[in-house]
Amino acid sequence: MDLLQLIATKYNYCLYIVLMMIGLYAMIAKNNLIKKVVGMSIFQTAIILFYVSIGYKHNATIPIIQGDHGHGTHAAILAADYINPLPHVLMLTAIVVSVATFGVAMALCVKIYQRYQTLEEDELRMRLSEK
Amino acid sequence: MTTYPELIVLAPLLGAFFAGIAAWVESRISYAITLIAMGIATACAASVFTQVLASGTIQYRMAGWAPPMGIELRIDALNAMVLLLISVIALLNLVASYRNVEKETPDRASSFYVMYLLFVVGLLGVTATGDLFNLYVLIEITSLSSYTLIALGDRDKSAIASLNYVFIGVIGASFYLLGVGYIYIKTGTLNMVDAAAIMKTMTDSSAILVAFVLCILGIWIKMALFPLHVWLPNAYSSAPVGFARVVAPLMTKVMVYVMVRLMLTVFGLDYIFDTLNLSQAVVWLGTIAILAGGAMALYQKNLKKMLTYIIVCEIGYMVGGAWLGNQMGMTGAILHIINDAIMTFALFLAVGNMVYRLDRVDYTDLQGLFAKMPWTMAGFVLAAFSIVGVPPTCGFFSKWYLVLGAFEAGAYHFAAALIISSLLCAILFFKVFEICFFEPMSEGHGHDSHGPAAVMEEAPVSSLVVLGLVSVCLIVAGLYSGTIVDTLITPILN
Amino acid sequence: MKVLAFIIVCLTGGLLLYGTGELPGWGDPASPASSHLSNHYIEHALEETQVPNLVTAVLADYRGYDTMFETAVVFCAGLACFLLLRDFRPKKDQYYRHVPTGVVLHVKEDAGPIDVGREFEDMDKDWVPADTIIKTVCRILIPFIQIYALYVVAHGDFSPGGGFQGGVIFGASLIMIGIATNLKTLIKRISEKFLAIFSAIGVLVYIGIGVLCMVMGGNFLDYGRLSPIFGEHHIRALGMLGVEIGVGIAVTAVMVIIYVNIVSEGRHDEGL
Repeated sequence: MDLLQLIATKYNYCLYIVLMMIGLYAMIAKNNLIKKVVGMSIFQTAIILFYVSIGYKHNATIPIIQGDHGHGTHAAILAADYINPLPHVLMLTAIVVSVATFGVAMALCVKIYQRYQTLEEDELRMRLSEK
Repeated sequence: MTTYPELIVLAPLLGAFFAGIAAWVESRISYAITLIAMGIATACAASVFTQVLASGTIQYRMAGWAPPMGIELRIDALNAMVLLLISVIALLNLVASYRNVEKETPDRASSFYVMYLLFVVGLLGVTATGDLFNLYVLIEITSLSSYTLIALGDRDKSAIASLNYVFIGVIGASFYLLGVGYIYIKTGTLNMVDAAAIMKTMTDSSAILVAFVLCILGIWIKMALFPLHVWLPNAYSSAPVGFARVVAPLMTKVMVYVMVRLMLTVFGLDYIFDTLNLSQAVVWLGTIAILAGGAMALYQKNLKKMLTYIIVCEIGYMVGGAWLGNQMGMTGAILHIINDAIMTFALFLAVGNMVYRLDRVDYTDLQGLFAKMPWTMAGFVLAAFSIVGVPPTCGFFSKWYLVLGAFEAGAYHFAAALIISSLLCAILFFKVFEICFFEPMSEGHGHDSHGPAAVMEEAPVSSLVVLGLVSVCLIVAGLYSGTIVDTLITPILN
Repeated sequence: MKVLAFIIVCLTGGLLLYGTGELPGWGDPASPASSHLSNHYIEHALEETQVPNLVTAVLADYRGYDTMFETAVVFCAGLACFLLLRDFRPKKDQYYRHVPTGVVLHVKEDAGPIDVGREFEDMDKDWVPADTIIKTVCRILIPFIQIYALYVVAHGDFSPGGGFQGGVIFGASLIMIGIATNLKTLIKRISEKFLAIFSAIGVLVYIGIGVLCMVMGGNFLDYGRLSPIFGEHHIRALGMLGVEIGVGIAVTAVMVIIYVNIVSEGRHDEGL
């Protein structure tokens, strides 16, 4: 079946998409604010893993040129020997951005708790509509 | 002449960190550093603007590497216009909101300016860049600083509004990032022009279709297109005035610019309108956005919240206009980016003055404002006329192009929505004017025989001067619409 | 809400899976992503930048502009925690513990800081006697962790590492002081003002190197233009090391700022 063949050859993408959807569901459906933040973290981590899996090549090693690289002559560097460095670079940035967003979200949760003493979204909505 | 396009982004960035150090060493100079940095950025934006008009697109290679190896700044007439708009509005807001910032965040005003500069850097960088992933990083800087600055506002509501904005904003930015990921997987490059060239050969690929849908959905979430707008009213109405005045005119309009840039440069109008044929559906979406925004604004009892729903309505104009599929519609959408930014800035300047004096702007608090704050109300009335679309203010001219484009494309429902929304806005604003005109009845005025007894308590002079300047701009931009369209917009679209 | 979330999730997941039909398979070396740009990086980065670690070469040189904004994002997160949470009001209740006898003084209301003399120590509300083993082990370990962090920053060119990683490790070592003893000790050693200025200086080092390149006549962050000052040999690798150091400084300071502000809810008195 087509779907089965899709999953067999591209299981990395399918796996990370499932993980992303778990995180997205948690972000939207959960009631507790901290659980939503955790869902956000899962969502962003799954995107990071998705990108990193793009760069993999069979029988290739990490993108650090091996061998003696003192001054001058070194063996010809073949592209097929090293995995793609670009997704790793992009995801370094994305990891930092996700950590920063997590930090800001945590600070906001602390602020909400200081003001309302609760972190449940339905209770907060009730308290806000009473004002 | 030598222009320094990189200084547009670098001057505020350097200013932010110098102001950050100054905030802890000698906090009074942090405002001065902010002003100087924004001044340099505005001057560079103006010089880049004149150079782009004279000699065409500017390309600046960061770190000296040619694209697509490195990142480049790519500034053509569309960018240059938006860059100038952002820097001028941010600079004018610094002058106008000095007192508001001192009042609302007294013990951390200098750190406020640092975050403000980082926000402006993000906006300028989003506009100037020519690289898809760099766009994501800059959208995130803009978002992070706006999450923080919004939460400094109203003590009860701003933190919750900001956290909701965090969740929805992260979904939007992550969708955009996923879209860029799909583009990267299929083309192998991150540079906008390079990716466009490679994607021209893959128009029937499902991955490119998904990439397009994801990128556009992510940008729609960030620009608050109905029904993805749920974060905007609470976030912008509970933000502190000094920040609301710059985020309301600029953030969503810069996201509209990003959408236009993705449509024109990255995916190409042929792909969108001929291969995908989504124009009808999106124009309907724009129509619904306009009507829903206007209708929800009618229900509001608070002036700030009502204005945020008008922003949602205006976004509907721009999205519908851009997706009409003809040059007239796209012209109207791009012209409306500029006009709506100026109009929203003027409205929020006026409302910020009211908040400075009154602290709350529910409709019941607005009684007698024409007597108490005549200059503010004059600016407010002019901006309201511009939103309704009265000539010769600028709002009329962009609506004109949009209606003409709608007729040309056969989208009569869109044209009808535009006209109905003018009526809705007129009703809304005249309701506010009526409340502001009459004195509060409950005050026992024993001696009201000699005219209105209310004492005039106007806003600080700095913000009045800026409001006056922006009001003049409203009329000037309207009178010169033809010139703007001919010299700037038509060359971009051809 | 759960039903709506489920619908959204199914639609989005379906859309994403629809797109994967055309994507190259797992590990395919001929995929477009691994052909166009990345081949240039793999084959030419070593000779153009003299840095064997390709990820660092792309991060700090080819895409250095992006990394600068990433560092600005880190600074922004630290500043956000400060702006949102910092509470300058003095603490209401104060507790002082007489060290020889263990008697606790509870001073209520806003009395302000009292001078209690040397025999009393300032106490948190949830005070636990400091464990000698933990304090001693941390004291021994922290310098080694810091040396390791500096190693990671300096060897980012040759092995996995770089400014962000080393900065986080260094910041973790400082946070360890706060966890092993108490937050007040950490703040006494490394004041808030020092951390805030340090974080800004880190990013300024990065931007400063870029501006220096501009002053020397090149484009922003074009390290090749620094050769009149620092010599021709491995100039790009040297420029990269400079920006990585800036990044490390900024990340260290911001990690500690975020910890201190969130853990004490902005009051900087007691924490974990």
